[in-house]
Amino acid sequence: MSILVNENSRVIVQGFTGSEGTFHTGQMIEYGTQIVGGVTPGKGGLMHLDRPIFNTVADAVSATGADVSIIFVPPPFAADAIMEAADSGIKVVVCITEGIPIRDMVHVKEYVKSRNVRLIGPNCPGIITPPHTKIGIMPAFIHRPGTIGIVSRSGTLAYEAVDQVTKSGLGQSTGIGIGGDPIPGTTILDAIQLFMEDPETEGIVMIGEIGGSMETEAGYWMKSHGTKPVVSFIAGATAPKGRTMGHAGAIIGGKSDTAEAKKAILRECGVYVVDSPADIGITMKKLVK
Amino acid sequence: MNLHEYQSKSILKQYGVAIPEGIPVQTPGEAVKAAEIIQNSTGSDKWVIKAQVHAGGRGKGGGVKVAKSIEEVRLYAGQIIGMTLITPQTGAQGKKVRKVLVEQNIFYPGLTEPSEIYMSVLLNRQKGHTILMYSPRGGMEIEKVAEETPEQIFTEEIDPKVGLQPFQARKVAFNLGLAGEAHKNMVKFVHGIFAAYDGTDASLIEINPVFKTSDDKILAADAKVVIDNNALFRHLDIAAMRDYDEEDPIEVEASRNDLNYVKLNGNVGCMVNGAGLAMATMDIIKLSGGDPANFLDVGGSANAKRVEAGFRIILKDPNVKAILVNIFGGIVRCDRVAQGVVDAYNNIGKIEVPIIVRLQGTNAEEGKRIIDESGLRVLSAITLQEAADQVNTVLS
Repeated sequence: MSILVNENSRVIVQGFTGSEGTFHTGQMIEYGTQIVGGVTPGKGGLMHLDRPIFNTVADAVSATGADVSIIFVPPPFAADAIMEAADSGIKVVVCITEGIPIRDMVHVKEYVKSRNVRLIGPNCPGIITPPHTKIGIMPAFIHRPGTIGIVSRSGTLAYEAVDQVTKSGLGQSTGIGIGGDPIPGTTILDAIQLFMEDPETEGIVMIGEIGGSMETEAGYWMKSHGTKPVVSFIAGATAPKGRTMGHAGAIIGGKSDTAEAKKAILRECGVYVVDSPADIGITMKKLVK
Repeated sequence: MNLHEYQSKSILKQYGVAIPEGIPVQTPGEAVKAAEIIQNSTGSDKWVIKAQVHAGGRGKGGGVKVAKSIEEVRLYAGQIIGMTLITPQTGAQGKKVRKVLVEQNIFYPGLTEPSEIYMSVLLNRQKGHTILMYSPRGGMEIEKVAEETPEQIFTEEIDPKVGLQPFQARKVAFNLGLAGEAHKNMVKFVHGIFAAYDGTDASLIEINPVFKTSDDKILAADAKVVIDNNALFRHLDIAAMRDYDEEDPIEVEASRNDLNYVKLNGNVGCMVNGAGLAMATMDIIKLSGGDPANFLDVGGSANAKRVEAGFRIILKDPNVKAILVNIFGGIVRCDRVAQGVVDAYNNIGKIEVPIIVRLQGTNAEEGKRIIDESGLRVLSAITLQEAADQVNTVLS
């Protein structure tokens, strides 16, 4: 079992023929993801990677029955691409693009909400349900099918967590990278709720960081609704105040968005918080059979 | 991107926000000329001389002075230009002042009592909306107001579908207790700063204080505008305002090499791919008894050129006693990164500090073999904990 995507997902790629789109589409096809086509305006009717190219997402959806889109479009055009997908019948939009202006995302967030569409990202590694469905750019080989749901704001730190979980003998139901931007389409709480409802997810790894309040919002919800063990690491205990640490979202503002404050609140809410990023896998292993 | 006060004000003015008459200058002579021009246009016979650096609390450090004569303009401008200004935000090393803003005095006597207001426009991350935040207690730190009198801070949510509405601007003016001309001017002011926020892709506009003059004008007496870096591609005029003198030279060099570097005060340099893993690496260094010297994200590709640039930047910091390279290979292959480390090492020549390289993910074992067989003074590790322990060993 899994959340949001599985082997029945029919996926199109926006920004299909660019270098990023081409490389990662090849990787996704190799993993077994059902890539049914792609969109590059002006190249409709041609083929790429043995898949049809369409001029518009609407054309792609009506011809292929696609329900998921992954976006590799450059930042100035990415907001438009997300809204096009949302307006064309796509149900889950995964946006990999890094560097979308905040103002664009303010509008995009409202737009996808009004159309009842799930946006993952932007600035994220995507989503993976092993062993056949990867809609993203993460290294597939570290994953193994299993019962642990993984949600993370960071890409490579999520890989670290996945790798530890796999090496501990467990595997993943679904791994979802929500991205490091200040306005994510899917929040940590959204992902946690989906994992709590998923019958085959037995435990959850939640990788957070300094900045914002997404982790604590998830914590407060879990305090009264949580039914599964959750292991969490919050990156940035050593980060200086007021500086952006790579992710636009990772900036410490007030007192409550430091790593220490978040950890304390999460512990109060019954989350198993690890101080060392090396302890994620072994801690999860102890909590599930 | 941060802007100077004078740059922020010139942007606000374009959006109809009223500001005091002012001219930025670089010498005392220019300051005198500016003061005379301002006197001719406004009649002001006092001037404020304000240091232009990217830091708040300038007044506390002696960077803001009121001149009561042209002679004082020359004197104070001379004192402030070239000084190293230390404020609560600059740290102990301070910031060198290269420019001052000469402004008309807005504290003139009149029919009504002048007052100071706080106002900012920023992102409410929880909702993904823009909010307007304001308080009748201006001229002091808003954090302090929030602590002492939280009921004196008001917010107004802006619906992204329709933007700021006139009723919201009126509400602001009423909540601030303004009437008559001052009320009208405040409504205009609020519309202006929201238009500036929206029009420039700002991530923050903070006006503290907004000044109500004795003749009921509403002016931005100070201004801090921060622009969303991701949106600079559509604001080339603003991008050109970037003042490299205000930034750490090593961080500037890093950004030219597409590296994300933040200097810290510890002794263990680190180079990592990905921001989250970079922070986690800093954290485990600390937990294992070391102290991170920097944050450095080499990005997803982590090729040989970037790795070399990363080493050169880390080595500029004399406090660095060891370097930890932590790469989780996904798309990037660890054997390539390992080769990059070896090449960089050889290109730079002798590196005096020990290097620990932790490679995990795609082709990690091959990468480790390349490091181990290179004959260089480089230690390799596979797990995160191993790497941190090795750092600790070489330091002790």
